[in-house]
Amino acid sequence: MAKIEWMLNGTPISSDIDLSMRLLDYLRDHQHLKGPKEGCGEGECGACAVLIDHQIANSCLVPMANVAGHEVVTIEGFAKTKRYQIIAQAFIDCGAVQCGFCTPGMIIATESLLHHQPQPTISEIKVALSGNLCRCTGYNMIIEAITLAAKRGRGEW
Amino acid sequence: MKFQPDIGTPIPRVDAKEKISGAAAYINDIDMPGMLYAKTLRSKMAHGKIIKRHYPTLPEGYAIIDYRHIPGTNIVKAIYEDWQIFPVDEVRYIGEPILLVVGENKDVIIDILEAIEITYEEMEPQFEWIDSVIHYHYEKKHGSRPFADANRIIEHTYETGYQEQAYIEPQGMIGYLDQDKMTLIGSIQCPYYVKNAVLMALGWENERVRVIQAHVGGAFGGKEEYPSLIACQLAMAVIQVNKPVKLIFEREEDIIASTKRHPAQIAMKAAIDSEGHIMALKVHVGIDAGAVIGLSGVVLSRAMIAATGAYTIENLDVTGDVYRTHSVPTGAFRGFGAPQMMFAIEMFMEHIARNLGKEPLAYRMAYVAKQYDLTATSGTFRDPILMQKMIEEAMKRSRYEEKALQYQNLHRYQGIGMSFFLHGCGFTGSGEATTIKAKVRLRREASGVVHILIAAVDMGQGVRTAMRKLVAHMLEVPIDQVIYDLPDTDCVPDSGPTVASRTMMIVGGLVARAAQRLGMEPQIAVEIEETYHQPSEIQWDEARMQGDAYPAYSWGVNVVEVAVDPVTGEVSVVGAWSVYDVGKAIDTLMVRGQADGGLAQGIAYGYLEVMRHHQGKIQQRNLTDYIIPTAADMPPMETYLFDNPYAYGPYGAKGVGELTLVGGAPAIAKAIEMAIKRQITKIPVTPEMIMELMTHGED
Repeated sequence: MAKIEWMLNGTPISSDIDLSMRLLDYLRDHQHLKGPKEGCGEGECGACAVLIDHQIANSCLVPMANVAGHEVVTIEGFAKTKRYQIIAQAFIDCGAVQCGFCTPGMIIATESLLHHQPQPTISEIKVALSGNLCRCTGYNMIIEAITLAAKRGRGEW
Repeated sequence: MKFQPDIGTPIPRVDAKEKISGAAAYINDIDMPGMLYAKTLRSKMAHGKIIKRHYPTLPEGYAIIDYRHIPGTNIVKAIYEDWQIFPVDEVRYIGEPILLVVGENKDVIIDILEAIEITYEEMEPQFEWIDSVIHYHYEKKHGSRPFADANRIIEHTYETGYQEQAYIEPQGMIGYLDQDKMTLIGSIQCPYYVKNAVLMALGWENERVRVIQAHVGGAFGGKEEYPSLIACQLAMAVIQVNKPVKLIFEREEDIIASTKRHPAQIAMKAAIDSEGHIMALKVHVGIDAGAVIGLSGVVLSRAMIAATGAYTIENLDVTGDVYRTHSVPTGAFRGFGAPQMMFAIEMFMEHIARNLGKEPLAYRMAYVAKQYDLTATSGTFRDPILMQKMIEEAMKRSRYEEKALQYQNLHRYQGIGMSFFLHGCGFTGSGEATTIKAKVRLRREASGVVHILIAAVDMGQGVRTAMRKLVAHMLEVPIDQVIYDLPDTDCVPDSGPTVASRTMMIVGGLVARAAQRLGMEPQIAVEIEETYHQPSEIQWDEARMQGDAYPAYSWGVNVVEVAVDPVTGEVSVVGAWSVYDVGKAIDTLMVRGQADGGLAQGIAYGYLEVMRHHQGKIQQRNLTDYIIPTAADMPPMETYLFDNPYAYGPYGAKGVGELTLVGGAPAIAKAIEMAIKRQITKIPVTPEMIMELMTHGED
C-alpha cells in the first residue's frame, strides 16, 4: 500500500492503494466506472482502453504505480466533452456499433488518434485501431465513422 | 395516411448511445449486495478416472460445489443429452469443469483451487474419428446408382479446422435467489434454453426459475447452448451459499473449454458422363463433436443438407457421422455446419471443372439452382432465385473477369475468387413446428405504448432496433412508443432461441402478424398473441431427410481478391464484394453490419484463424495465439442487396446473420488458388500451407 497523487476524469485524486493493482480493477471495483471492459486481460483486445495523458493505454496492463502523477480519462470522463459528442454521433450514423462491448475502447482509440492526427488517412486509422479488436463489424463501418468524425470535428482537435 | 419511408431506410440503433458511453450493463458490470464469486476447477486430463478428491478445509464463507450438490438430473438439457453438469468419476476432455469454488475474495478462491487435489487414473484418450455416435443418410432420385454408368469418377477430400467464436465479452452469469425463485442474469442467446436446463438440473417447478438477459457482448452461436452449463452449475452454488454468485470466464478458460466450430472432413465423389456433366454426387461428411454430442446431430444435418450448395445436382447420396473424441466439445457457431460444407462443394465444383479441362466459372454457372428445381433433399425451391443476376452484379462491381484473366495469365501472386451460396432460414426440418412452436405477444397499454414481448436476444445484430422499427412502421407510431426490454422469462413468452437466422423471418413474421391484428383492434389496452404454424406446403420427413428442409432460403455471392507474398506465403486481402438476397432488408445499414462482420469471420475462417489441439490440449490459448482479424487485415467491403420478398417474412424479410459468413472461406481459398496456381483442399490456408503447396502441391 502506498499513496499516489493523480488525475482521474479531470479531478485530482489521492489514493492509498496497492501499487500492483491493475488500473482496470481500480476503475471498475473502486470507482464503479464500468465503461472500460475486460475482454482478455492481456492487452490484446483493447476493450479496457483509457487515455493516459491523451494517449491510449490498456488499463488491464497498467499497475496503479504507473498512474502516479498522470492524468487518466475513462469513457465516462471523455463523454462530457464536445469531441465525444462528435465521435459518438459519427459512430451512430455509420452503424459502427453492434454488440457494443468493444465500443468504449474504440471511442478512446479514436480520441487518441485524432488528438495526435486530426485528419488521419485510412491507413493511419487502421494502425490506430490495430490494438482494438471487434468481432462484429469487420471494421469498415468503424473506419468510416472515424473519417466522418474527423471531417465534422475539424478544428476541435 | 402519413408518409412512411421504405422500411429499409436506416435509423439509429436504439441502444447505440448507452453502448458508446459505456453505460450499457453487460454481465460483469452488474454487482449485487453480498455477491460472491465463483471460479471453476478444470480437468487437466483428456480422459481419466477420478480416484480421489482431496478438498482442503475451507475458511468461513467459502464453498466447493460439485456433482453431489445437484438436486435434479446431472445433465445439461440440450438436444442430445450427454452433457454432465459436473463429472462424477470420469473426465472426458481437458478443460472439463469438475467443481466450483465460491466465496467473497478472489485471491482466497485461487488459494483454495490450488490446494484441491484430484487423483486420476489415466485412461486411453480417443482422438481418431472412429466412434460414430450419430449417422445419417439421404438420397436424391437415383442416389449413387449413376456411378455404375459413369464415364469418369472425380474425387477429392476437403478438411476444415476449428473456429473459435471469439466474442469480445467472455462468458458470464450471475445467479441469486429472489424469495424462493432461482434467478439467473447472463450473457446468453437463448433465455428459455437456460431456463429449461436449470429446471431439469434443479427438478423444480416451472415458476421457480427465472432467466434475464444482460447486454450481450457478441455471441455468434457461442452463447447458444454453452451458457446452460454455466447456469446449472451456478444454480447449485446459489442454493448452497444462499447469496448472489457471479461467474465470469477468463479469456483462456473461455478459449480452451467452451464450444467451437466442428472440424470436418468431407469426401466428395462425382460421377461424370461422356460430355463432362455431373450425373451424381456421393458425399460423406464427418464432424468432430469432441467429448459431448450436444447439438452436433443438428449441425451434421445442416451440413448434409447443404451438400450441393447453391447448385442443383440430379442424383445424390449423402452420408454423415458425428464422431465422439476426448477433445473440447464443439457446438453452435454462426453457419452451423454450412460453412464446412459450403467450402467443400464450392472447391469441388471448381476442381471438377479443372480436372475436366473446362472453364470453372461457366461450368459452375450451368449448375446454379433455379426456381422450381428440387433441393438436395427433394423439396422445392418455390420462390424466385435471382442468382444469375446477382452473379452478374458481383462480377461487374468487382471487375472479376478482367482481373481473373490478368491474374490467371501472369505469375504475380494475385488472385480473385468467387463463391455462390445459400442458407436455409430457420430451424432445419420440422424444428420450428414441432420443437420450438414460437409464441409472441404484443401488449398495448391504455397510454398507447406498445410492448414487444418476445425472447429474442440482441447480441449486436440489432434485433431490438429492427423489431421496434417493424412494429412502429406497421402501426404508424413513433418508435419511442414501442418498447422492447431485454428479455426476462417472467415477462415474455418463448419465441424460441436467437439462432438459425430465424429471428427476423420467423419471430418477426409473427410480430408483424400480431401488429397487423393490433392495428385493427378498436380497444386500446389489449394483448395480442401469435403462435407459429408451418406453411402447409412445407413438408418434411425427418427419418428419411426428405422434403423441404427450410421454409425459405437466402442467397449470396462473395468475391474476394488477394495478394500472396511469394517469399513468406502471407496473404493480404485486397478487396471484397458481396451481393445478397435476404428477401427484404428491414434496415439496410444493419444488414450491411451483418454483411461486413459475417464476411470478415468467413474470410478469416478460410485463411487466418488457426486452432489445433495436441493430445486434446488446445494450442491457441489466448487472443495473441488465436488470431482474429484486426482493422489492418480487412479490406474495404462493398455489399449490394437484391430485394426478393418472401411471402411469410415481415415486409418480405428472410434470414441474414449466417448467410454472410458461409461464402467467405471458399471465396478466399479460390482467390489463393489463382494466386499460387495450386489446388487447395484444406482451410485455414496458412502461410506454411502455401509454402508447402508452392513446393510440392498439385496444379
